[in-house]
Amino acid sequence: MALELRNVTKRIGADVHIHQTDLVLQEGSFNTLLGPTLSGKTSLMQLMAGLDRPSSGEIWSRGRNVTDVPVQKRNVSMVYQQFINYPNFTVYENIASPLRVAGLARPEIDRRVAAASELLRLTPMLGRRPNELSGGQQQRTAIARALVKDAELVLLDEPLANLDYKLREELRDELPRFFADRDCIVVYATTEPTEALLFGGNTATVFEGRVTQFGSTSDVYRRPADLVSARVFSDPPINTAPVVKTGDKLVIGQAIALPTGRFRSELADGEYTIGLRPHHVTPQPQGNGATVDGRVLVAELSGSESVVHFDLDGHTWVSQSAGIHPFAVGDVARLHVEVDKSFFFDADGLLVAGGP
Amino acid sequence: MAGISLQGIRHSYLPNPAAPDDWAIKRLSLEAGDGSAYALLGPSGCGKTTMLNIISGLLRPTEGQIFFDGLDVTEATPESRNIAQVFQFPVIYDTMTVFDNLAFPLRNRRVSEPDVKRRVHEIADMLELAGMLRQRASGLTADGKQKISLGRGLVRSDVNVIMFDEPLTVIDPHLKWELRSKLKELHHKIGRTMIYVTHDQTEALTFADRVVVMNEGEIVQIGTPVELFERPNHTFVGHFIGSPGMNVLPCEVADGKARFAGVPVDSTNAAAYRGDGGRLELGVRPEFVRFTETGIPVEVVKILDAGRYRIVEASHAGHPIKMLISEDKPIPANGIHVSFDADRTRLYRDGWMVE
Repeated sequence: MALELRNVTKRIGADVHIHQTDLVLQEGSFNTLLGPTLSGKTSLMQLMAGLDRPSSGEIWSRGRNVTDVPVQKRNVSMVYQQFINYPNFTVYENIASPLRVAGLARPEIDRRVAAASELLRLTPMLGRRPNELSGGQQQRTAIARALVKDAELVLLDEPLANLDYKLREELRDELPRFFADRDCIVVYATTEPTEALLFGGNTATVFEGRVTQFGSTSDVYRRPADLVSARVFSDPPINTAPVVKTGDKLVIGQAIALPTGRFRSELADGEYTIGLRPHHVTPQPQGNGATVDGRVLVAELSGSESVVHFDLDGHTWVSQSAGIHPFAVGDVARLHVEVDKSFFFDADGLLVAGGP
Repeated sequence: MAGISLQGIRHSYLPNPAAPDDWAIKRLSLEAGDGSAYALLGPSGCGKTTMLNIISGLLRPTEGQIFFDGLDVTEATPESRNIAQVFQFPVIYDTMTVFDNLAFPLRNRRVSEPDVKRRVHEIADMLELAGMLRQRASGLTADGKQKISLGRGLVRSDVNVIMFDEPLTVIDPHLKWELRSKLKELHHKIGRTMIYVTHDQTEALTFADRVVVMNEGEIVQIGTPVELFERPNHTFVGHFIGSPGMNVLPCEVADGKARFAGVPVDSTNAAAYRGDGGRLELGVRPEFVRFTETGIPVEVVKILDAGRYRIVEASHAGHPIKMLISEDKPIPANGIHVSFDADRTRLYRDGWMVE
C-alpha cells in the first residue's frame, strides 16, 4: 500500500514544470524532497495532494487510481511555509477544526489537540487567537492542525523555514517521532541538506523539475547517482573539478597532481569530474591524503569550525573542519585532500566510482 | 564612520510599564567600536529588532541615551543619523535598472554624477553585479535582488553604520554561503561599522568580529565567536549557540569537586564554588564528550546521521547526554562509558558560570 507517481509529468503551456517522474512512497515512511527553490518540490506535492492534475501519467494511492480524485476527497493534510490559520478562532479551535469537520467526539478531539499542542509547545496558548501569537507560534498552530487529522498523506512544504533555528532544531528532532507509530506517508520539502540528513528516512533530490535520485537518505548522501544529486545534497557546496586519471596520478589543470589512492585499480584511465565534500578537504592531515595549495578567498570561523574558500586552479573549493584554523585572505593555504573519499563522475555526470 | 555607544537603554511598548515582562529591553549598555562587525543574536522576541530600531532612530527608547562618536543622537531623526539599512526582503525599484537602483542612495544625497558612477561600479564589481548594470531589476531572481539591496546598503561611503536585519533569510542555502562570504569580504574591504541582526547562529558567528547574545530583553554575553563557543558564561548561551547546544546536567559540589548523578566529574571551575547554594549544573558541549573505557556509564538512546558526523544521544540515570562523533569513528556496542573533556566542562550556578 503506497502512493505512486507513474510516468507523471506537469506542463503549463510550453513550460515543463515536472519531467516524467516515477516515485513510490511506502506507507509509514518519512520522505524528504530536497532541492533548491523553484526546483519542483511544491509542484510535486500539489500533484501528490490532488491540488493539481498531472499533464500525463497517473497517481495511485493504496492500490487505487486517484489521478482524477480532487483533494477534498482524499485524506490529505498540508502545511505551507506561509502559515495559514483562521483569525477568529482560538488556537484550540484552529487545531480542532479538521476534527470537528470530521465529526469526532469531544473527548477524542480534546485528546488529539492536547497531544499535538504538547508536541508543538502550544499548550499555554490554546485560548489565544492567532494575532496574539508570534510568527513561530502561528506556524506551530498550522502544523498542529495538520498533525491532528490523522491523514493518509501529510505534506509539509518547508514548514520550519520561517522559524527560529533553535525551535527548528527541536521540531526537527520531534516531527519524525510524532509520525513514528503512524502508517501515514509523510513528505517534507526542504532546501537544506542537513535537514534531510537529520530526518533520516528517504530522500528524493529534486533539480529543475526532475527527481534525480530517490532512496534511503544515507544511501543518497553517501552514493550520489550523479553530479546533480551530489550538488543538491551538499552544504557547503561539493568541490568539483575536471580531472585526468593516468595510472597512479590524478591531474587537475596544469600543475595539480594527486595520488589515486583506492581508485588506482577501481577507476579506468580517462577524464572525469572529481567531487569531494568540503569536510574531506581540511587544514590538518587526515586519512590517506595528499596536499594541495590554494589561494584563500574567504576564511570563515564560526567558533567551533573553520570554513575556508580557496582557489584551486580556477575552481572555488571549500574546506570545512572542526576547530579554529585561521587563514588570511590572499594567503596560500595548504590543504589535505582525502582522495579515498572522492566521487568520480563521467562526461554525462553519472557516478562511476566513489562512495562506500 | 562612528563608534556607537548605548547607555542604560530601557524600552517598553506599553504606556506605563511596571512588571519586568513589560519591558522589551530591560536594561542594556553597549559600546560598538569603530569599524567592527557586530551581530545581535537571539531568539524571536529577545529584543534584537527593538535594539536595531532604537539605533536607527525609528524608535525612541523609554530610557537611556545613544551616542555616535560621543555625540548624543537620542533625539535625532533616522535621516540625520546617517545610517544605511538592509532588510530581510529586498527593497528595490523594479522598474529601474540595476545601476539606477545602486545609484539611488547617492543621487538622493546629491552626490555628483562622476562620483555616483565610480561608487556604483566599485560596489557592482565587489558584488559581481557589473555584468547586469543595464538590466531592469524586475527580471532578477530573489538572491539577485537581495544582492542589489546589499549593494544599496554599502554604496554610500559617508554612513555612520550599516545595519542588516536578517538579510539572508530568503536566500537558498547554496547562495547563503556565497552572499555571507561576500559580506564578510566587503567588511574587510570597506572597514565600516556593521551591525547584523539574526536568529541564525551560523550567520552571526561567521560574519561578526563580536557577537552580542540577547535573551528576554537583556544582553547575556558579548564575545568573539570562539569565546561564545568555548566559554559560554551562561547556560542560555551554551544552549543557543551550537547545534546541538551544550549539555546542561544537574550536579552537586562537595570539596571543590562536582558529581553528576553520583559520578565525579572534573571541571575547570568547581573549586571556585563558594558553597552558597543555588541551582548547580555542569555544562559541556557535545563536541567535548567522548567514549572512554571508564567514566560515566551510559546507554545509547539514539543515533542521528548528519553526514560528516553523527549526533549520538546517550543517557545516564535518565539524563540525556548528546555527543558528536565524526563519520569514521566507531560507536561502541556495550559496556559504554563517556567522559567529558575536563578543560571544557564548566560549573554553572543559577545559569551563570561560576567564577
